[in-house]
Amino acid sequence: MMLKAVILIGGPQKDIIPWFYTGTRFRPLSLDVPKPLFPVAGLPMVQHHIEACASVPDIREILLLGYFPAQQLQQFVADMIAAYKIRIRYLQEYQALGTAGGIYHFRDQISSGNPDAFFVLNGDVCGDFPLQEILNFHTSLSTPSLITIMGTEATRQQSTMYGCIVEDKETHQILHYVEKPSTFVSNLINCGVYICSPDIFKRVGEIFNSRQDFYSCEDSEGTESIQLEQDILMPIAGTGQAYVYTTDRWWSQIKTAGSAIYANRHYLQLYHKTKNERLAVNGPDKPTIIGDVYIHPTATVDPSALLGPNVSVGKNAVIGAGVRIRESIILGNTTIQEHSCVLYTVVGWNSTVGAWTRLEGTPCDPNPNKPFAKMDNVPLFNAEGKLNPSITILGCNVTVPSEVIVLNSIVLPYKDLPRSYKNEIIL
Amino acid sequence: NLTTTRSSTSAIRCHFYLTLGNMKALILVGGYGTRLRPLTLSRPKPLVEFANKPIVLHQIEALVAAGVTQVVLAVSYHAEQMEQELAQEAQKLGIRITFSLEEEPLGTAGPIKLAQSILASNDEPFFVLNSDVICDFPFTQMVKFHKQHGREGTIVVTKVEEPSKYGVVIYDETGKIDRFVEKPQEFVSNKINAGMYIFNPSVLKRIECRPMSIEKEVFPYMAGDGQLYAQELHGFWMDIGQPKDFLTGMCLFLNSCKLNNSAKLYKGPGVVGNVLVDSSAKIGKNCRIGPNVTIGPDVVIEDGVCIKRCTILRGATIRSHTWLENCIIGWKCIVGQWVRMENVSVLGEDVIVKDELYVNGGMVLPHKSIGASVLEPKIIM
Repeated sequence: MMLKAVILIGGPQKDIIPWFYTGTRFRPLSLDVPKPLFPVAGLPMVQHHIEACASVPDIREILLLGYFPAQQLQQFVADMIAAYKIRIRYLQEYQALGTAGGIYHFRDQISSGNPDAFFVLNGDVCGDFPLQEILNFHTSLSTPSLITIMGTEATRQQSTMYGCIVEDKETHQILHYVEKPSTFVSNLINCGVYICSPDIFKRVGEIFNSRQDFYSCEDSEGTESIQLEQDILMPIAGTGQAYVYTTDRWWSQIKTAGSAIYANRHYLQLYHKTKNERLAVNGPDKPTIIGDVYIHPTATVDPSALLGPNVSVGKNAVIGAGVRIRESIILGNTTIQEHSCVLYTVVGWNSTVGAWTRLEGTPCDPNPNKPFAKMDNVPLFNAEGKLNPSITILGCNVTVPSEVIVLNSIVLPYKDLPRSYKNEIIL
Repeated sequence: NLTTTRSSTSAIRCHFYLTLGNMKALILVGGYGTRLRPLTLSRPKPLVEFANKPIVLHQIEALVAAGVTQVVLAVSYHAEQMEQELAQEAQKLGIRITFSLEEEPLGTAGPIKLAQSILASNDEPFFVLNSDVICDFPFTQMVKFHKQHGREGTIVVTKVEEPSKYGVVIYDETGKIDRFVEKPQEFVSNKINAGMYIFNPSVLKRIECRPMSIEKEVFPYMAGDGQLYAQELHGFWMDIGQPKDFLTGMCLFLNSCKLNNSAKLYKGPGVVGNVLVDSSAKIGKNCRIGPNVTIGPDVVIEDGVCIKRCTILRGATIRSHTWLENCIIGWKCIVGQWVRMENVSVLGEDVIVKDELYVNGGMVLPHKSIGASVLEPKIIM
């Protein structure tokens, strides 16, 4: 059996789908580094996808599809090849081609070597992907599936924010699919992880050609943009050729900078299963660790600091005496000076935080009392035009003086803060 | 002349009586001190410690130094706790402290009449002061000035930056008061009533034992008769009846200590500016204490704590890495680790603030445990 994986990593502008706003919601963190490379639990976001793929024995090649400039991904791809010893390539779309358009554009690359099937993973999602189980399910179906979607349960109310799947409970065929309906359809939602048969390219080709005719007299912009959900899944649903594999393992989207904190916590927890060596442990001359904490080997943390739960500390970061960090991500080369307290915050690269300073954000976690509840994508401003309380984010190269508080605020890169801030965006 | 004595306090006391006379003072304490809550829910306002000493004791000690041998506290509620604690102080100072209880509120003048039997028991002038006032008490100078002009009353006045918030006093170069102007819209004077007076017993003829306002019903008539004089106060002055002003008064007081080269001010590692620390308090390593901090008896400050412009009352504990600015921490409170408190937060007695919280302008009632941050000023019951 020979398999491939395609990971859709998007690009610097917002998606063609106007209501998605993926890239810009991740600002200011995405101002410095492509969003798929943003570190969560110590690894670039998309490395978690690569790691999941590399653990499926029959996957021979991983293709990253996106429209970031190639040289931004170069070093990362080289690092991944060295780490996982598997063929990995970045294929750059010349313009945003949509979630299916890129796959179609690069169909020759994907089909080369005649893979039996290929995974497609959306770079915007995170989770404990049961790829081997989906593969087993897909290949053991009595009638062949063109595409098998990984689905999960959501609350009735939240389901309308995702792609909704109506499933035949016995055969697991997809009877109906609709993307972000305005009324309730089903609480089984599309996780953005698929496994496809190479036969799907024929189908995509038919759709592409029919759209070419339709658009031939319009501008070229948008002609090659094909959405996997609307243009491929919706028509195939109900034809007996699309299936859904339901999982109840952890799954979420990473749309906003704040959701990086939520993903950080869950990925750190996942390390217990197979990557326990990544988690920090207590010991003499070491900082006190509570819960799951990742500390990069080159980071310096004072033994009197108290870290965790759910903290990632990046490369060459310096954590001073008596510092408290909880539910936060400290990116590389950053210094936190003594006695400071960092809660629910992302601190960008090369930043400096003074002594006795408090950085604090507000989590927007899914409601723990509702089963299957997902993260709410809370808008940045509320109805009165005020900033909704959210994770505090410091962009790269920010300097925060001593003895101040930065609460529920977003600071853009290269800013020297002169004082305390609360509930503000600091430009 | 001082007779040679063994250093017996009673002998010195007798000598005081002979040279300075047997002066009396009335301190207008009034009611429950609601503006200084939550502190006054646990202790009567006069006993709340300001710069590590009960407010009323600052006043009484200064009065004693000026020749007062009997102090009357005018209260409008039963103050057994005060009576007990002050009885001990009275013994130590060798004076008499009595209480004058208003069954119904008598205003700012009525209580004086109520205490007539003590205040007018001899011909000496007597002091009247507002219990919320802190300053470099000028009681000896008041006696001198009062006897010099020989009229019925002397009011101490002090300069303020924003006179239109108060009633101002207009007087001539001899000090004779012409009139009072309440909350002037245009500048007429920047001197206001500092809440300290000295009167001849004849003033009692002007007061009835009913609710009476001294500012409205007594002073204007005295001024009209040319019997009221103003004496300017030099140095700091503050009405410390509410938390914000309590802290400002603390800064002024500490500054005055510094100017008088007081040995009382604390010197130690990590100390910045003017700081007062009781000898029984313990301060940890790598702290920064000050400027403008008072730390009471049995207080424990753990390592890495930063405190600025705060009063920490007896028995409180501040745990490590916490940062406090502009706060009053009540008796026996426990403030957790990595806490940040600012913006005139006041903790009543025995309040616990859990680790890693942020308290911004929180007023917390006694015996409360705070488990969530207070992001905007509010009262926590």
